Formats: sequence, C-alpha cells, structure tokens
Amino acid sequence: MGYHCVVLVKQVPDTKRITGQAMNEDGTVNRAALPAIFNPEDLNALEMALDIKDTHGGSVTVVSMGLPAAADILRDALYRGADRAVLITDRRCAASDTLATSYILSCAVRRLEPDIVLCGRQAIDGDTAQVGPQTAEKLGLPQLTYVEQIQKLDGQTLVARRNLGNGWQEVKTTLPALLTVVDSANEPRVPRALRLMKYKSAKCRIEIEAMAKDAPSIDVEAVYAALESKGLLIHQWDLDYLEADLRWCGRDGSPTKVHRIQSVVLTAKESKAVEPTQQGIEAMVHELIEDHTIG
Amino acid sequence: MIEVNKQGEVWIFAEQHNGTLEEVSLELLSKGRELADTLKVSLAAVLLGSQVGGESERLGHFGADKVYLVEHPLLEHYQTNTYAKIICELIEKHKPQIVLYGASPCGRDLAPRVASAMKAGLTADCTDLQIGNHEIKKTGQVFENLLLQIRPAFGGNIIATIINYDRWPQMATVREGVMPMPTPNVNKKAQLIQEPAHLSLEDLAIEILAEHRQQRKVNLKASRVIVAGGAGVGSKENFKLIWDLAHCLGAAPGATRAAVDLGFIDRDHQIGQTGTTVRPILYIAAGISGAIQHQAGMSESQKIIAINNDPDAPIFNIAHYKIVGDLTQVIPMMIKAIKEKV
Ligand SMILES: Cc1cc2nc3c(=O)[nH]c(=O)nc-3n(C[C@H](O)[C@H](O)[C@H](O)COP(=O)(O)OP(=O)(O)OC[C@H]3O[C@@H](n4cnc5c(N)ncnc54)[C@H](O)[C@@H]3O)c2cc1C
Repeated sequence: MGYHCVVLVKQVPDTKRITGQAMNEDGTVNRAALPAIFNPEDLNALEMALDIKDTHGGSVTVVSMGLPAAADILRDALYRGADRAVLITDRRCAASDTLATSYILSCAVRRLEPDIVLCGRQAIDGDTAQVGPQTAEKLGLPQLTYVEQIQKLDGQTLVARRNLGNGWQEVKTTLPALLTVVDSANEPRVPRALRLMKYKSAKCRIEIEAMAKDAPSIDVEAVYAALESKGLLIHQWDLDYLEADLRWCGRDGSPTKVHRIQSVVLTAKESKAVEPTQQGIEAMVHELIEDHTIG
Repeated sequence: MIEVNKQGEVWIFAEQHNGTLEEVSLELLSKGRELADTLKVSLAAVLLGSQVGGESERLGHFGADKVYLVEHPLLEHYQTNTYAKIICELIEKHKPQIVLYGASPCGRDLAPRVASAMKAGLTADCTDLQIGNHEIKKTGQVFENLLLQIRPAFGGNIIATIINYDRWPQMATVREGVMPMPTPNVNKKAQLIQEPAHLSLEDLAIEILAEHRQQRKVNLKASRVIVAGGAGVGSKENFKLIWDLAHCLGAAPGATRAAVDLGFIDRDHQIGQTGTTVRPILYIAAGISGAIQHQAGMSESQKIIAINNDPDAPIFNIAHYKIVGDLTQVIPMMIKAIKEKV
C-alpha cells in the first residue's frame, strides 16, 4: 500500500557549540560564526519516516523553509534515504515567527498531499515546539506530539506511543495526521555511501544560478533540465508558487516581535571564600545554622 | 485574533489530570495575580474537564477572582482538539488580554493549537513575565502596558523579551517551577462562571488507548535544600557522597545533565534548562562547572554553596560560599561538621 510521508526539517545554528566569538558585542548571536546543522530532532522525524517507507513502502519528501544554504540539510536527507526534497526560500519569509512559519509550511504541505507529516518536536535555536502543532492546526490535521514509536499503521489508522515526560500515552488516530517526534524515538541512520555519490550533485535553482555566476559558460536551464531528468533536482518554491497570502507571512504575519535581547550575564553576588579545611567548613555550617538556612 | 482590549482579563489555563490541578497552574496564579493587579483587571482561571468543579474553590484560594468552568463528558481526558476548541470559543466571547499556560507537555501541546486558530502570538517557555511599554523606534509610537514575555533562547545563551502589540490575546507558556507557589487563602472565593460546551464525538481527533503516569522519583521543587553533583563527582560510586550529604541535611539529591548522561544518577534528578527548575533555600553544587543551562534551573536559589577544584569555574560567580577544593575531601568534612552541630 505505501504511505507518502512529508518531513519538515530545519537548518539551525549549533547552539551547543556557542563560544565567545559567536556572541556579538550587543549580546545578540552572530549566526554566521556558528556551524549550521540539521536540527537534531528533525533527524529523528526523518528516521521515523524512512522506517515507515522501509516497512510499508511509499515515499519520503523532505521540506525545509530557510536560506538557500538550507539545501545542505536537504542533500543530507537525500543521502540518508529521502526521495524528494523541497526548499522554500523567499526573502519575504524573513522574520517569520512560529505562526507565519507554520502558515508557509502548511501551504507547501497541502500541495504534497501526504498521508503522514512528521517533524522534530522542537528546534534547538528556539526550543519552542510550536511549529508542529501550529502547522497541524493550519492543515486541520490531528496532531500527535512527542511521538516515540509508531506501533501500528494499517491503511487509514495509526497508533503511536507518546512520551509525556512523566509517563506515556498510546493514541490512535486516522490519517492524514501530523506527528512531532522526540529524540528518544530512534537512532537516525547515517548517510549512505552510494546515495552520497548519487545525490552530492543534487541542487536547487539558486545554487545552479550561483554556479553560473562563477562560470558563465554554464547554461542554467540546461543544467536544470539535466538535474531534473536524473531526479537530482532540489525543488525550490517561493511564496508566489505557494500562492501564499502575504499578510500571513514574514514580519507582517508574525504577531510576536522582539522587544529586546540580552546576553546572559552571570551575576556576581556577595560571596565568601571558605577554606577547604575542617575549621573553615565548620564556620560556614555554623553560619548557616545561625541564619536558619539549615538545622 | 481579537482586537487589543485594555480592559481584558488576565487568564490562566488551569491544567488538571484526573480531577486534580497541576502544580504549575497554581504557580501561574501567583504571576497572574501580579500582572492583573498591575493592569487593574481581574484574574480568571479556565478549568475544563468532567466533574472537576470541586477544584474551582482551590483556584480561588490560590488567587483567582473568577473561574470559568466548562464541564462535559468528552472533556474528561485532555485532547488537543476539544480543549483548543473550547478555549478559542471562550477567548472570542470574553476577550482576555493575556492567556497563560504552564509549559508542561499538555500546555505546550495546547497553546500553539489555540494560538494558530486565533492567529495570535505565543511565546514558549517563559521564565519571567512583566508589564511594560514598547516603543517602535522608527515611528516613535509607544504601546503601553504590554506583556513582556521573557525567555531564554539559543540554548540558553541569550535572554529574549518578546511582545505582541497588535494581535491579541497575548499568550505565553510558562516554565514549571520558576514562579513561586502562592500561599493559599481559604477565605478567598472565586466567582464561578459555568460555560457551556458544544461537543460531539466528531470533535475527538484521537482515541486514547492506554496511559501510564509514573510518579517522579524525587520531588526537587518541594525541597528546601538540594545537594547537586556534576561530572566532577567522577563516578557513580563517588556520587554516594552526594546522597550522604543530602541525607544528613534532609535534602534532595540533584544533578547536572553531564552527571545524568554519565549514568551517575537518574534523569528525574536533573536540574536546569532541560530539567527541573528549583528555588530552594540552600543549593549545594559539587563538581559542577556552572554552565548557563544549569544555572537556568537553580540561580534563583536563596543561598548557593559551590565546591569546585577549579577557582575559575563559572559557578563561583553566583555562589555565596565558594569552596575551592576537592569535593571528595570537602564533602566528608561537611558531613562531619553538620553531624556535630545539627
Ligand atoms: C540546549 C541545552 C540544554 C541543556 N540543559 C541542561 C540542563 O538542564 N541541566 C544541566 O545541568 N546542563 C544542561 N546542559 C548542559 C550544560 O551545557 C553543561 O554541559 C552541563 O551543565 C555541565 O555539567 P557539569 O557542570 O556537571 O560538568 P562539567 O562542565 O564537566 O564540569 C565539571 C566540574 O567539576 C569540577 N571538578 C572536577 N573534579 C573535581 C573534584 N574532584 N572536586 C571538585 N570539583 C571537581 C571541574 O572543575 C568542573 O568545573 C544543556 C546544554 C544544552 C546545549
């Protein structure tokens, strides 16, 4: 029978590796100084989709909204087993909050007519976990958040186990549905050598145009057609193609605005050095008893 | 989306499971009270469920002026679609200016669904909320008395303050444990307003087949004293020192993510951005470097003792008592001193 899975993925700065150089003087983050990576839980979502394909057949389409550089993670998804990649890139997407982002993503997902939409629970740059549920709402789909395992999939129904932090829940829903996937779900497979050989030349239009800039002999349309015929094209969609209502995109479509950004300063409070000796420790314990902190 | 409405109430979503309110909902009432008083409007709790009316009294004791109670058999168990539908209807009807949810698995599932349906803004996982003004620099236009939604971002490396001035309600989920628990006043009564629920089986998008909730192995939030160990403790065997010190102080043992990842202790004990947020009277940090993500969960502690053999460890920047030394020597000294004195 087979299922068409659409996986929503995001390229994020590697917030685990933030160092001094990555912070601007004004306390904002210099994204350019951080390595860009595949959002970790989106890899778990991709793995779950590939697993569905391996077990039941069907296909996997990965979709990302982002800068042209996000084509990197789409290629990565192709190396790991995705069949088709779509990049939504458009200057008018800039400054989108989660509401505008989910609106734009929902326009793209609608075109793809999936049986199952999967995304990571949250992205490590914002940690909001909002885009999944909001995209589900826009599409009018049931949402299953924090999915750890798909237990049953037969035609029209899906049974999944949700991880609720302090327990779990087993739920059943009808397809199509949207799932957000947690990192404990699986161990994402690594890129495969054969697929890497095949898909490393996969490109989107903007990348072909950039190539042609450096080497004017390149005929953009010819390269485009050649990649398309070999199944190596990363589809590139903009807001016009999506027929998106611009009032709901970008800054205009985003009710939340940034009031201010501060870097985290570690506040030095009044403090005492305590000698690491029995005497020093006893004096401290005495003080804590005196002021009723302990005892 | 509703229009900006300065007379609108402040609402909190009262999360309940099997008829019992979640702690985070009571915490929201303390912050909600403060915001409502600043804005001079009422504080209301929204309680959904089946036969949960008994809890509305407690919401009053903890600070709510009003309780909007919606009871229906189909609301017995939390489900995204049914709960979101009812909350949207209530928002449309009463036009609150602020709606707060706990940043619990349930709140983080519900709030974005509501925000999307209302086309309203939502800020996730706030650690503080204030009322303040916002000026648009370009035009000089000033919006007064907005909800300042304060949250860590970029893995805790920056603190962002988010606002929404044109499309209301202003909504946020609030981290569990960061707002203090209000002291209940049994004489305070909330006005009970029963609202109808128009629901049918078609509104149920999912079916819950089974559910299991386990008690947390430790109640960090309720502990007056916490003894936390980090990677510097060195081994699971050494972690016994943390348990011993905790034991003689009647304290709860806590840990950093690194210590949990190393298998020294169960994840339930993790403190920090991705663990529990605590604000005990005394926090003892041993073998903990003091990463921002760890501090996010403990910097509000009243007193902090840090034990670390590296004098430059960032934890010392927020410690009240700094002990530069090897924890395997310092902790036994502390145990001895406490046993003698207490
Ligand atoms: C998105 C994100 C979320 C995170 N969430 C959390 C979270 O919720 N909670 C959390 O804790 N971390 C979290 N982290 C991880 C955090 O960044 C740090 O890696 C972690 O807190 C470090 O733990 P630690 O202090 O135990 O280990 P280390 O940083 O390795 O520090 C060990 C310390 O022990 C000291 N030490 C070593 N031996 C001794 C000795 N014999 N005596 C005394 N001192 C000794 C060392 O000097 C050192 O300072 C998160 C990270 C990210 C990116």
